[in-house]
Amino acid sequence: MKTIYDIIKMVNITKIYTGADVETTALKDIDLTVRKGEFLAITGRSGSGKSTLMHVIGLLDTPTSGTYFLNGTDVSKLGEDELAFQRNKEVGFVFQSFNLLPKLSGLENVILPAIYAGVKNADRTQRAVELLTELGLEDHLNKRPNQMSGGQQQRVAIARALMNDPELILADEPTGNLDIKSGDDVMKTLKQLSKEGKTIVLITHEHDIASQAQKILHLEDGMLISK
Amino acid sequence: MNLEELLSLSLKAIWGNKLRSFLTTLGITIGVFAIIVLVSIGSGLQSYITHEISSLGSNVIFVMPGSSGGLGALLSNKLSLQDWKNIQRKTISTAKSTPEIRQLETLKYKNLKSKGAFVFGVSSSYPEVVATAKIAQGNFFTAGQEQSGSNVTVIGQTVVNKLFKGQNAIGKRIFIGNKLYTIIGVFAKIGSVAGVDADNLAVIPVETASVQYGTKSVSRIDIAANNPDLLPIVIRQINQTLLKTLTSDDYSIQTADSIESTISNITNMLSLALGGIAAISLLVGGIGVANIMLVSVTERTKEIGLRKALGAKRNDILKQFLIEAVMLSVTGGIVGIVLGMLVSIVIAILLVSTVTLWSVILAFGFSVAVGIIFGMAPAIRASKLNPIDALRYE
Repeated sequence: MKTIYDIIKMVNITKIYTGADVETTALKDIDLTVRKGEFLAITGRSGSGKSTLMHVIGLLDTPTSGTYFLNGTDVSKLGEDELAFQRNKEVGFVFQSFNLLPKLSGLENVILPAIYAGVKNADRTQRAVELLTELGLEDHLNKRPNQMSGGQQQRVAIARALMNDPELILADEPTGNLDIKSGDDVMKTLKQLSKEGKTIVLITHEHDIASQAQKILHLEDGMLISK
Repeated sequence: MNLEELLSLSLKAIWGNKLRSFLTTLGITIGVFAIIVLVSIGSGLQSYITHEISSLGSNVIFVMPGSSGGLGALLSNKLSLQDWKNIQRKTISTAKSTPEIRQLETLKYKNLKSKGAFVFGVSSSYPEVVATAKIAQGNFFTAGQEQSGSNVTVIGQTVVNKLFKGQNAIGKRIFIGNKLYTIIGVFAKIGSVAGVDADNLAVIPVETASVQYGTKSVSRIDIAANNPDLLPIVIRQINQTLLKTLTSDDYSIQTADSIESTISNITNMLSLALGGIAAISLLVGGIGVANIMLVSVTERTKEIGLRKALGAKRNDILKQFLIEAVMLSVTGGIVGIVLGMLVSIVIAILLVSTVTLWSVILAFGFSVAVGIIFGMAPAIRASKLNPIDALRYE
């Protein structure tokens, strides 16, 4: 029996962007708790602060105020390199536009996070091959992204997100650039990962995608509204 | 990331942009190539001249008209045949000596000519004083022939080739200027000195030359001490003799050592100047590297953002771009060194050139330094990119 605890715990998270002469409040007093193994969808229109929240959750951006515990570590006051370390260890990203490096093969793309984690070459290659095989891409190890379909590319990106075995998978509109069939495949994979115990945070503006999660939170003008 | 991973990453990036990488390294290649070749020519010249001078022998002294380095001698040459005779008398037991009256002449035999030949009026001691003057055939003229002003000559190999097609020349009569001379000897081949054919030469007795050219002045006096230990004594004797009739501004004394150090200074300066010019082209090459790295950072903004999102620290990104820049410039440097050495070897066959280790090390060090210095700014820029902005960049 796994211990259930909070993988994300945000208290009073506020993010204010300071422009030349205007201040924009992108997130306002966000309180968010996500338990380990949960499959959560965050929805909202463009401009609602969705992307900012995703960046803060994924440690790509730091909040202006508030506290944020990620998997038990207070990450709200960390410096750039410490954030990079936590990101590498705790978060797997799946982006809308896949964000695979075009000059690397599928295998090399999947290995990237392990390189920055300092995993030995033989070990990381073995794990990447296993992950890609699990996702049905064993024939695409040495193909470049432009030789693969969108669905295949997104599965490579999911394998990459899983490479360092993080607790949290952060998926930002993962089906946005895919046809319906490939989108369904990706959603199935995410649901399967959720069953296996991964925590999934899905950010989307599509209601039928969000509805596949266990829980949906709605973001409006930088504030969270439970649905 | 360890070094091996960084190197393979950089190699991929460089290989992925072959033409651009090639053009960038070309700038460094040219700079390094120029350093190697120019410095090689400079030091080749130096070792050649040094060798030439040391072949004169460490016991040789030259008395030149005019003060050292001055141009006065060109205007009024106060060093006379009589001064040589005085020196000869004074150093009779310590040294051998010869004056040189130097002229350029056209030599003629039947309808064949040798233009721009050196004509030296010298004493019968000439072969004993000047190390390069070896008699290959016949004889040198005697003291008697010298003093009686005989019209006899000893000629160089080039003259033999031009006027006699390499056939026996002894006993033949040639025109030196408008006077007829009998050839009594032929010198062994001397070769070219600083690009000038030293074998296009006819040596005649000094008294004969003095009459033919109507001069009592000598171009220089060559003195060979009987052994190197006597050098200081001979120099003192020369000064004592000459200062009776001349002032110290009217002549200068040079030894092989003093000439060597003077010329070393000149060729060192030359090497430095050439190297400096080459270094400027390397600098331009470095700016090319910086430029291409800046372009590369901009082009790969998205890649940098992604790598950061996946856990790359600032240092990882910094090293990645720095190593790429160093790799570009070092590749250029190595190609430049190899090309430079090849060309230097070819030049060495035709002229003079010596590849020096220090210029190779310097050029290599320069190209590493250029990579680091000019790669640093783009690499820092890359490492400071904000991952969100970088990921959004299209």
